[in-house]
Amino acid sequence: MNALDLLDGCAAEQARPAADAQRPILRERGQREVFCGLTGIIWLHRKMQDAFFLVVGSRTCAHLLQSAAGVMIFAEPRFATAIMEERDLAGMVDAQDELDRVVNRLLERRPDIRTLFLVGSCPSEVIKLDLAKAAQRLGAVHMPRVRILNYSGSGIETTFTQGEDACLAALVPVMRALPADAPKELLIVGSLPDIVEDQFLRLFADLGIASVGVLPARNARDLPAVGPNTRYILAQPFLGDTAMALEGRGAKRIEALFPFGVEGTSDWLRAAAREFGVDPALTEQVIAPGRERARIALSKLRPQLEGKRITFLPDSQLEVPLARFLQNELGMELVEVGTPYLHRAHLARELESFGAQVRLSEGQHVERQLDRVRADRPDITVCGLGLANPLEMEGLTTKWAIELVFSPIHGFDQAADLAELFARPLRRRDLLEV
Amino acid sequence: MQLAVWTYEGPPHVGAMRVATAMEKLHYVLHAPQGDTYADLLFTMIERRGKRPPVTYTTFEARDLGKDTAQIFQDAAREAVTRFNPQAIIVGASCTAELIQDDPAGLAEAMGLPCPAIPLELPSYQRKENWGAAETFYQIVRTLADRSVTREPREGRPARANILGPTALGFRHRDDLVEIRKILVQLGVEVNLVAPLGATPEDIRNIGAADFNIVLYPEIADEAARWLERTFAQPCVRTVPIGVGATRSFIADVAELAGADPTPALGDTSSRMPWWSRSVDSTYLTGKRVFIFGDATHAVAAARIAREELGFEVCGLGCYAREFARDVRAEAARCGVEALITDDHLAVEDAIAAAAPELVLGTQMERHIAKRLGIPCAVISAPVHVQDFPARHSPQMGFEGANVIFDTWVHPLVMGLEEHLLTMFREDFEFSDEAGASHHAAHSPRRAPVADAVSEAPVEDIPAPAMAEEVGTLWTAEAERELKKIPFFVRGKARRNTENFAAAEGRRQIDLETLYDAKAHYAR
Repeated sequence: MNALDLLDGCAAEQARPAADAQRPILRERGQREVFCGLTGIIWLHRKMQDAFFLVVGSRTCAHLLQSAAGVMIFAEPRFATAIMEERDLAGMVDAQDELDRVVNRLLERRPDIRTLFLVGSCPSEVIKLDLAKAAQRLGAVHMPRVRILNYSGSGIETTFTQGEDACLAALVPVMRALPADAPKELLIVGSLPDIVEDQFLRLFADLGIASVGVLPARNARDLPAVGPNTRYILAQPFLGDTAMALEGRGAKRIEALFPFGVEGTSDWLRAAAREFGVDPALTEQVIAPGRERARIALSKLRPQLEGKRITFLPDSQLEVPLARFLQNELGMELVEVGTPYLHRAHLARELESFGAQVRLSEGQHVERQLDRVRADRPDITVCGLGLANPLEMEGLTTKWAIELVFSPIHGFDQAADLAELFARPLRRRDLLEV
Repeated sequence: MQLAVWTYEGPPHVGAMRVATAMEKLHYVLHAPQGDTYADLLFTMIERRGKRPPVTYTTFEARDLGKDTAQIFQDAAREAVTRFNPQAIIVGASCTAELIQDDPAGLAEAMGLPCPAIPLELPSYQRKENWGAAETFYQIVRTLADRSVTREPREGRPARANILGPTALGFRHRDDLVEIRKILVQLGVEVNLVAPLGATPEDIRNIGAADFNIVLYPEIADEAARWLERTFAQPCVRTVPIGVGATRSFIADVAELAGADPTPALGDTSSRMPWWSRSVDSTYLTGKRVFIFGDATHAVAAARIAREELGFEVCGLGCYAREFARDVRAEAARCGVEALITDDHLAVEDAIAAAAPELVLGTQMERHIAKRLGIPCAVISAPVHVQDFPARHSPQMGFEGANVIFDTWVHPLVMGLEEHLLTMFREDFEFSDEAGASHHAAHSPRRAPVADAVSEAPVEDIPAPAMAEEVGTLWTAEAERELKKIPFFVRGKARRNTENFAAAEGRRQIDLETLYDAKAHYAR
């Protein structure tokens, strides 16, 4: 069973009979202009500072990582590729022995590594190199100094942010177990910039929710515990497998909008507070200052975005909650919302506010989708860097999508920053006179 | 398996993309998994092209494996031909598709497409980007060149040349071409064809009509040029005109094959480099130790310029491509050093550290190594980042190229006069390592609090003079910590805005609330 089967199964099992169940979704297949899951390494390695990501793949994988990492050339980056060569494929050497050699060399060179992820790629998946077995074998040798885990970030199985999902899902089994009678705990799931994470932790502390864990933790060896009394809340919409793995450990999901904008953040915090029996009056009191700040800040950006028509091309699965935010709080008009994968259960509430005229598409046939963009001529198109400049050259204003994954955009105090990411290309378009 | 953090070259199919993207009316159907489209952004972002590369990817997924990937390939090829109506397509597989053995060549042939489909065999697990570009260009030329083309006698007509090698994502290929065309005009040589850059498959058919070929970038064009030598008896100019001396040799070689008079071209005085290099301020360049690394062509050319035209001492020379190592070894021997042939950037770093040069000339990778070691550096070769695809005219070749090279290499060095001053005032406190740069306002007086804020302050507030003294402690420790989480390059602005906001609001203390209230206030 591959990851995609799991995702489908997950969706089918949890989907509730939502208002949008009959909403038509344009499902297309064809060329997909998306990143593979390996790209997640770029932000995951910054978040988990004791972890190292070793991709087992081809020169293409190494080239992708360095292209995506751009100028982020560090003194000692915490990711690398074990590039498979002819002799690995021809069976002239045992690939597992080769992997042992590479891992041993790496761990000698980098004694500071405490968690090592062996990351599967398309080539390693296609030749069925058993990285799970390798992780187990190498883990036995290097524990307790280094914990060795594995997941797949291959393009054939994962799209962009799904790499984070696969990575976090690999962490779930090694989280410490809490007994059934342990006190109720809250778990925030999905990597957030440290500054945003701290804001949320402060708000939960003010709400009197005592025990709050974060996955991924800043230190991969310092994972939160999980048990039947754990209630988890997703901070990111692309965590289908991780959610399923947490359910498997007995944790229960708190259903909420994703914390973008005033509406999303309020709903997210209220849902958690409700689950933990916080007095609604206290909840309102705690969230009021942030709400008010976000409301003021957004009110200044609204005139720039109101009535503007926007299309999202599929990229990160953030498209649906972001579209909800832009429509409900800034008055933008949604033309097409494309997503690489639509998790119906996790996004059910998000979709409820979409008008019937919003075209929702899942998957991609990039040429046909670009034909639609050209016909629609939206004021702004959210797309990847492979498409952004070519569309600008055609006179269409774009917002490159990857920035939405790297910038702090969640929570009250980032709401205006998030809106500004969309307002800036429009303002620039009006500003330039050449 | 080879452990790699950074690679000098991409996989061979990226080389094929460079050829396809350089050409017009040619389309590349690439059997590749979802995700391999990342390579598009090399062209749209780094080279800043306003068009998508002409590549259709099949983007197969896990669920397609073992059933219909061959069908997916054929569908993609048919759609691409219908939509883009190319004069020819090239078909091939990326590393993963190579493993599933769908045979794009056979599949394309069986389809009876309305245009030629040129199959590419690019062994991803043995070869790399430049090899992929060379092989692709060679296959295109071999397949499309019309072998019945004959040249009319030379009498009474100008000589005709093909310029071979410029591609998409080539380091300064765009501007080098301008310089080469200038030289050919001076020599009265007509350009039959430039390829791959700007050529269509139809143009390639006529490649045999030229009297000779000019190979600008051997890494890409040499394979094709050798085939043309055999097939059409076209001789070839292989001198790479990077540097004043090399440009003069190039002019002489072209003039000889064209039967032209080289004097007007050689008499071109647009090169300021010889005089700049002779002027007294350059005396300080004498014997500067320089470490050179890049592709073989640029590394060898740089070594000659360094030695013969700038008076540097070459203390290290190497290249990342084994295919062209012989030229580098020969040049290294002339420099009295041992050539470093490796694609392992850690080995290059070690070699640079050991050689302790005063200047590093290399790729983007060496730029970072040099930055880390605190050594001045200039970029001479791919791989390069976006800043090395400049808007301004910046060739490396020809006489203007030599001017560009002089400026580029010398700028990172401390120039003569500055070096003299630094030595003279070395003991001066303003020149000590601890002193910040003079343009930083580190010692400027702290801004006084806004008068209004003080007058509006509540009665129990600290008196104005005391407040002025306590400006530094206005921030609570928590807010100060929060501020530090903001990236350094906007932190100063955030601090200033917050303080202004607090002053305007008459708040005595800046806590987290104030920090975020201010952020909301200043949101645009």
